[in-house]
Amino acid sequence: MDNIHDFYNKMEKGNIMLSFKGEVTSDLLTSILQIMESKMETLEEPPKIKKKVYNILVECLQNLYHHLDDDDFKTKINEKSALFMIRKVDGEYSIMTGNFIANENVELMEGRLDRINAMDKDELKMYYKEVLNNGEMSAKGGGGLGMIDIARKSGKKLEYKFDHIDDEYSFFSLNIKVAQ
Amino acid sequence: MADLKLEGSPKTPTIEFNSGNGYLLIRGRSIPENSIEFYKSLIEALEEYNNSPQANTKVDIQLEYFNTSSSKCILDVFKKLEAINSGNSEVVINWYYEEDDEDMLEAGEDYQAIINIPFKMIEVEEE
Repeated sequence: MDNIHDFYNKMEKGNIMLSFKGEVTSDLLTSILQIMESKMETLEEPPKIKKKVYNILVECLQNLYHHLDDDDFKTKINEKSALFMIRKVDGEYSIMTGNFIANENVELMEGRLDRINAMDKDELKMYYKEVLNNGEMSAKGGGGLGMIDIARKSGKKLEYKFDHIDDEYSFFSLNIKVAQ
Repeated sequence: MADLKLEGSPKTPTIEFNSGNGYLLIRGRSIPENSIEFYKSLIEALEEYNNSPQANTKVDIQLEYFNTSSSKCILDVFKKLEAINSGNSEVVINWYYEEDDEDMLEAGEDYQAIINIPFKMIEVEEE
């Protein structure tokens, strides 16, 4: 029973506004967005911040949703599990996600993130337009724009990490800070 | 008749298309998980409209949020309008954004850079 108090303290110290672990479904996505929208309303966040955070939340959650859509990413215990957290520290929002990724996709993902992180604001805008206009639309509609859009809206570098789990999987952690 | 009327929902925008007076409105949020399916009926309506369009076509885009999945579909809508504009109808696109919403203004500018129709950027007060 002590664990519950530990969990609480950890989340309190970490300024966690909302966290979720499990399968990201369409309904869950809708609920999280509604909860965060009303929380930010209560906190009287400036419309600019509210919109940026909301937009990034949508992209992150839909990334997780589509990612988990794929049977390739079932974990060993056959659970399409992901972690999702929102923190607010010293007035700065950060959105954190964690999910399993097949080892064979790690390099590709890393390459995309590094490419995005190497770009400044104008380069990101150019890149976004290029992918929007020329990129192939995936069946799910994303077509690789999500991460570019997240980087543009956040105004900060994307922090990420891959933890090797076993021969098949790694755990992909992503931390997105929203510039004030 | 290529008319279309879709009620808005928490994840999809209100869409009104009246082929009789050449008017298209897209308003609200566009954040569906599957946007291709959602925009299909509008794309088809615009294709049909291009067979016998009005002399003038007016388009109002009043989006509060849209996801990247929608952004490609919105581009497809603009490409249909571009075809209509280079045909028998003169198309005007009004892109609305709330004051201080630089991201939405920039999104309009991104489309404007790709699409060969003049956009009118209209700033509105926050609700």
